[in-house]
Amino acid sequence: MEKFTRLTSVAAALPQENVDTDQIIPARFLKTIQRTGLGKHLFAGQRYDAEGNENPDFVLNKPAYRKAGILITLDNLGCGSSREHAPWALLDFGIRCVIAPSFADIFYNNCFKNGILPIRLPREQCLALMEDASRGENARLTVDLEKQEIHRPDGEVISFEMDPFRRQVLLEGLDDVAQTLKNHEQSIREFEARPSRAWVPSTKQSGRPQSVIGAKGEQA
Amino acid sequence: MQNPVTPRTLYDKIWDDHVVKTLEDGTSLLYIDRHLLHEVTSPQAFESLRAAGRPVRRPDATMAVADHNVPTSDRSQPVEDPQSRLQIETLEANVKEFGVPYFPLRSRQQGIVHVVGPEQGVSLPGMTIVCGDSHTSTHGAFGSLAFGIGTSEVEHVLATQTLLQKRSKNMRVRVEGDVAPGVTAKDIMLSIIGRIGTAGGTGHVIEFAGSAIRKLDMAGRMTLCNMSIEAGARAGMVAPDETTFNYVKGRPFAPQGEAFEQAVAYWKTLATDEGAHFDEEVVLDAAEISPSVTWGTSPEDVLPITGTVPRPEDFADPAKAERIRRTLAYMGLEAGQKIAGTPVDVVFIGSCTNSRIEDLRAAAAVLKGRKVAEGVRAMVVPGSGLVRYAAEQEGLDKIFRDAGFEWREAGCSMCLGMNPDKLSAGQRSASTSNRNFEGRQGPDGRTHLCSPTMAAAAAVTGTLCDARDLLEPTMAEGAA
Ligand code: SF4
Repeated sequence: MEKFTRLTSVAAALPQENVDTDQIIPARFLKTIQRTGLGKHLFAGQRYDAEGNENPDFVLNKPAYRKAGILITLDNLGCGSSREHAPWALLDFGIRCVIAPSFADIFYNNCFKNGILPIRLPREQCLALMEDASRGENARLTVDLEKQEIHRPDGEVISFEMDPFRRQVLLEGLDDVAQTLKNHEQSIREFEARPSRAWVPSTKQSGRPQSVIGAKGEQA
Repeated sequence: MQNPVTPRTLYDKIWDDHVVKTLEDGTSLLYIDRHLLHEVTSPQAFESLRAAGRPVRRPDATMAVADHNVPTSDRSQPVEDPQSRLQIETLEANVKEFGVPYFPLRSRQQGIVHVVGPEQGVSLPGMTIVCGDSHTSTHGAFGSLAFGIGTSEVEHVLATQTLLQKRSKNMRVRVEGDVAPGVTAKDIMLSIIGRIGTAGGTGHVIEFAGSAIRKLDMAGRMTLCNMSIEAGARAGMVAPDETTFNYVKGRPFAPQGEAFEQAVAYWKTLATDEGAHFDEEVVLDAAEISPSVTWGTSPEDVLPITGTVPRPEDFADPAKAERIRRTLAYMGLEAGQKIAGTPVDVVFIGSCTNSRIEDLRAAAAVLKGRKVAEGVRAMVVPGSGLVRYAAEQEGLDKIFRDAGFEWREAGCSMCLGMNPDKLSAGQRSASTSNRNFEGRQGPDGRTHLCSPTMAAAAAVTGTLCDARDLLEPTMAEGAA
């Protein structure tokens, strides 16, 4: 995973609440077995018309925002499905930082796993940053994760909260799986050996033939 | 670990029993008992595993099935769409290579992962259950902690059988009293979402409690927990009780005999203690819940079927008014119109919310001896091959077919429009699924969420309507 330290970029504003993952990447584009290549389908429903032509009014199609590295929305960004294709599509488009007053839980987690920094800010600050963003190329924002600050084009600094563990993971671009195996393998083994876990059955052994389940007369 | 005398919630207890280790910053490494996989969110995870040369740590705690983009028409033919076929074949190759139990596409056990897990007894009370799918919350109906994860987390669980998690807040939604005849679990859940909103549960795990919930069968509880995610919650759960144990008993992958009795003894200790703390508490009166339907493009846009669509001008907040204006335009509805009487083009009975045998029975009760209205396309997509088979044994398929419904194979189908079952632009559906987002069932499609009973009634009349008018008089009077 790529590290996230400091980013200076144009920001694109999408002043909507509940920007769901079906909007970010519609289901018809999930039939891939790769992580890359989804950028062209980002916000497909709004970005293209039925014939696949670009909708010139959609923010990411405007010349100033074609290289936006930051996306700002209103409340509950990323609600809906757990599809990690949403952050993959954002990343593939070039977005490394998303800012909103609130996020849906799974999407918020998924961002960190892909080197995207999600920042929660009060609504008024999001609106102020959207105002900056409306000035296009002339108004770049700088997001500094080390200092937990956003620098507005007029020089004003907005600071943001960030969980220290997650911050570290992003700053160092750490691989979660390797970290867990390295630091916790012993604890996991001990946990698995606890006698209280003996009741948990295996998914490899079926206790009886399966064809009768759900038939009438069955309890259930 | 908490002090044992502190009263704990169901969530607290399952959490405590699965913490491998708590890290300095308060994050916990949580052990995962069940990992369910499907074809859409797993290929990239297996790919990374392979690249790092890592095995699946616990194939015996894992189960896979293809559901999202499988065709629900003829299964004897190869999957037509090359990309869908590739995803399914990739899953099959991965489960083989990594030794993961799998229900093949042509087996009767195949179906929607959230129907199959419970049906097979793979999902059990007291467990932590994850899947790369937000509706994993369904399995919480058993008194388990079940939640959706992203693909990177899928990889983490495959490799380590754990997840790094922060404890959520506790929320309790109590529904007390008796629902009126014709009111289903779906109506209860839509009403809850209408009340607390789609972000109402954010950061929380919801425990559903109260006398109306206790009276629900497992299918109803699954419907409820399924849509916890639409209320923004991390997970939904219902404390296990006799209804749960009776359902689980004898399922293929449940503990059998003596082991089952021991498990039940443990499961009985899980219910929330008297006096346990909830960060939020919401109470609904069951008697006030009506058959419900959504009018907009967010699951919180809920109305009783007797209600009228909102008017933008009734909202002081300009952003809110604008959203309503936009939603009405998308949905092709007039401000202030009655929702009943709105004509539908498609009726979809299926999805992990409402595709179990109980749901099909409820729909068939309305359809018996009736016909689908002219010009309406109606389809039933059972949640699993076993549900389909059971329905055929009971003759439900005949009721559906005679009425003019398509009787299909199991899968997600029109719930998300990944396989060929889609709405075309401007088409309106009455759907028993869980999401009415713009374009969810096909680009520019219009979705009205409702119960199987209501969907069946819409099929018959060709419009959204009050299903109670079509139910047997004895049932409407509460005698059934
Ligand atoms: S039925 Fe719909 S909601 Fe359920 S798992 Fe399938 S796509 Fe997701």
